[in-house]
Amino acid sequence: MNLQTGATSFTQIFEQHPWADLAAQLAAITPADVEQALSRPGSGNPKDFLALVSPVAAPYLEQMAALSQQLTRKRFGKTVQLYAPLYLSNECINSCSYCGFSKEIDLPRIRLNREQVEAEIKVLKAMGVEHVLVVTGDFSETQAREYLTEAISWIQPHFAQVSMEVQPLPESDYRCLSEQGLHGVMCYQETYGPRYAEFHKKGKKKDFFWRLETPERLGQAGVHKMGLGVLLGLDDWRLDSFYVALHASYIQKKYWQTRLSISFPRLRPAKMGFSPDHPVSDRELVQLILAYRIFDENLELALSTRESPHFRNHMIPLAITSISAGSKTDPGGYANPEVALEQFEINDERSPKEMERVLQSSGLELVTRDWEPHFGLSNPTEA
Amino acid sequence: MNDLLTIAGKTFESRLFLGTGKFGSNQLMAQAIAASGSELVTLALKRFDPENRSDIMVSQVSQPGVNLLPNTSGVRTAAEAVLAAKLAQQSLETNWVKLEIHPDPRYLLPDHQETLKATEELAKLGFVVLPYINADPVFCKALESAGAAAVMPLGAPIGSNQGLSSATMLEIIIRESNLPVVVDAGIGTPSQAAQAMEMGADAVLVNTAIAVAEDPAQMALAFKLAVQAGRIGYQAKLGAVKNVAEASSPLTSFLED
Repeated sequence: MNLQTGATSFTQIFEQHPWADLAAQLAAITPADVEQALSRPGSGNPKDFLALVSPVAAPYLEQMAALSQQLTRKRFGKTVQLYAPLYLSNECINSCSYCGFSKEIDLPRIRLNREQVEAEIKVLKAMGVEHVLVVTGDFSETQAREYLTEAISWIQPHFAQVSMEVQPLPESDYRCLSEQGLHGVMCYQETYGPRYAEFHKKGKKKDFFWRLETPERLGQAGVHKMGLGVLLGLDDWRLDSFYVALHASYIQKKYWQTRLSISFPRLRPAKMGFSPDHPVSDRELVQLILAYRIFDENLELALSTRESPHFRNHMIPLAITSISAGSKTDPGGYANPEVALEQFEINDERSPKEMERVLQSSGLELVTRDWEPHFGLSNPTEA
Repeated sequence: MNDLLTIAGKTFESRLFLGTGKFGSNQLMAQAIAASGSELVTLALKRFDPENRSDIMVSQVSQPGVNLLPNTSGVRTAAEAVLAAKLAQQSLETNWVKLEIHPDPRYLLPDHQETLKATEELAKLGFVVLPYINADPVFCKALESAGAAAVMPLGAPIGSNQGLSSATMLEIIIRESNLPVVVDAGIGTPSQAAQAMEMGADAVLVNTAIAVAEDPAQMALAFKLAVQAGRIGYQAKLGAVKNVAEASSPLTSFLED
């Protein structure tokens, strides 16, 4: 399954890999395929990834864990990076059936103003956070441009690294925001499968291909880091994650200066009581994370506070390179912890300081700062 | 010991330079630095806050007899590298800089065009520039003209522990260079460090192999001894490697008949 050379967009590659064909390929995986994949870690070959996430690979879990841990230490050393999400708004024009911010849900909508954002920044800085991930619901395109431009200018001067997880934007917006010091952009496809339209019935998010081409626009705009992923539980996680690997492989060859980060959010109960058709068990999530590491040792793998302390304590040393801690997923939640309007429930309430001690006991250092904010500005010599 | 290494007029007894990334704690890093006997230790500008003079990372690296060598890891262009060197100069009060420009985030391989530009500019500004580069002998000559204080060719990609995969080119660089040659990156075992020193390298820089070891301080000691052994071996002039055995009855002895 070599990527066709000369493809001008990921859409072309995507169309060469129909969901049903992949399901058939997945069903045909043999133990020999798994063993071959294990014998060439870091191959970057999506076919190897498919073998590693297949049910046939389940008995190899212990071997995968040992290999993944070794690759992670060699590539990233004994360090794990810290970030915290900074939710700015729960307004949303979409009606995603699984999300706590869906506009169908009757809840107070907030968009933080400068003063409120500064109150959040103060709390985050006191927690020792230097890398933040700005999160909002989806706005109209014009409102997104105006608000995010302003918000990044309030936030950027206070942190070593600012990334964001917001709606897909045009390339020109990514370019402007990068010049303002935006470091990375996470944009998850949610699902690459045929049920996408079912989950995203209204709003701009209906447009599957606009979202699919987002990493392409990010690459063109020259952002330092981009995040890929799917929302685990919406559809068959093995197939969906295969497309993430395929996408990663395409992006790395074409936009070779960009760092890639993968997340694996599992669906949790949100206010609409959405229950996923394809829940992912702990054992399966472990298999998936290990498969990513063995597929490509350079991938940054992030694990959020959606997961429990028990799961995080044991999983971080095996493959993870960045974690959040002390997170609040409601806008204004750091400065006003008593108001609960969160997007999803937090399972791990431990603070960065506590996480630092937990990692220490596994021989790992929690790194809070790994960027010089002047790098990548439009005119660094004037910084 | 009178065998001193001199770079830009500064002398070093130790020929082992240490990188400070990837350690499990600042304490382990500090112990490894002490055990290595290193007098020159790199520190990534992006890992500390240049505006915070009591930054914990900086204070742990700063030990008596240890000089700091800020590196520009993370920059993608010459302009960013020049800025990084200036920021480091202000906060660490040194005009030394290890120039690393690797726009590729996976193999961390150096961009020579940008490296040359940055070396020229920083040398003009009075910096002592030690550029991290591919093992390219001709490029080393270009850096000499550009004003570099030493060259730091890679043995293999950073963190790969593959040893001296560029050995043939390193030998040419060592033979031809007018600048000190510091083999940087890829050295995964003490024996590989010894090999670089036997080859005639002036020093080696090691990070991952020490940081990721189960006992970093012991590994640092092992590297210290290996570097010393390799250096002494080089100075003692290794015997030539022979490809054929010397026949006890010479093949040309018939000439004596």
